[in-house]
Amino acid sequence: MDALVAQLQMQFRDYTISLYQQGFLDDQFTELKKLQDDASPDFVAEVLSLFFEDCVKLIGNMARALDQKGTVDFNQVGASVHQLKGSSSSVGAKRVKGLCVSFKEFCEAKNYEGCVRCLQQVDIEYKTLQTKLQDMFNLEKQIIEAGGRVPQVDIN
Amino acid sequence: MTRDKDDEVPNLAESKLTALVVDDNFINQSIHHKLLDRLGITNDVVCNGKEAVDVHCSGRNYDLILMDMDMPIMNGIQATRRLREMGIESKIAGVTTRANEVERQEFMEAGLNDFQEKPLTISKLLSILTNLNFYVQTS
Repeated sequence: MDALVAQLQMQFRDYTISLYQQGFLDDQFTELKKLQDDASPDFVAEVLSLFFEDCVKLIGNMARALDQKGTVDFNQVGASVHQLKGSSSSVGAKRVKGLCVSFKEFCEAKNYEGCVRCLQQVDIEYKTLQTKLQDMFNLEKQIIEAGGRVPQVDIN
Repeated sequence: MTRDKDDEVPNLAESKLTALVVDDNFINQSIHHKLLDRLGITNDVVCNGKEAVDVHCSGRNYDLILMDMDMPIMNGIQATRRLREMGIESKIAGVTTRANEVERQEFMEAGLNDFQEKPLTISKLLSILTNLNFYVQTS
């Protein structure tokens, strides 16, 4: 059992580090983990779940606004991008936040093609992050089920 | 108000501080609420400046208000001004992603006691509490 736990812990450690190294997550995610404790053991998963719901809603708003071809209200698109930038920054979703920065610039420039490209990229990016985090949460679950503790991962 | 040796996060529950989180983004609401909880600070959450004003009109008072800037109905600048006009002397810390000097200045002039850039972290919140004399770090 111990060998299995050790193996899972190593997998978890390597996987978590790779998410930071590949730029999916940043220090703000580390800060969220610090807030998780015995009183709220699922805090990170709950906040991320709220974030992904927010992505669906905001990307939907952006898509609808961009659909009004010829009469696109770029302020409206920009407002949703601003919200998503704030949310992604708060949870440490580094790549999503980075895309929002470019997206915002395209909105300000009223660049339709640029906005549409960013919309597609941000849609892919949040879904990729969702899958990666699900894999990470699954590894945590496996460690606990095998009788082990989820290790604290030192990113630096 | 001293640092707990066993844990890096200090517990301020003994000081019985209260706080109000004012933010329209529910992710930030969750995080800021949890940050304050973690430090042992009882706190309420409202969604915009008008709700912050209304909660004070109903007689509630807080030691600390964490005020976002961009909010619908009544933004952080308007709400801060209104609360000061009402005679509310609570410490108000502006918390926003907008770091533009002009906007920051306008926010400060509305009546803030401190300012921090979002996203908030434990150390940024401790910095606010230190600046506002709610917390003294001991070595």
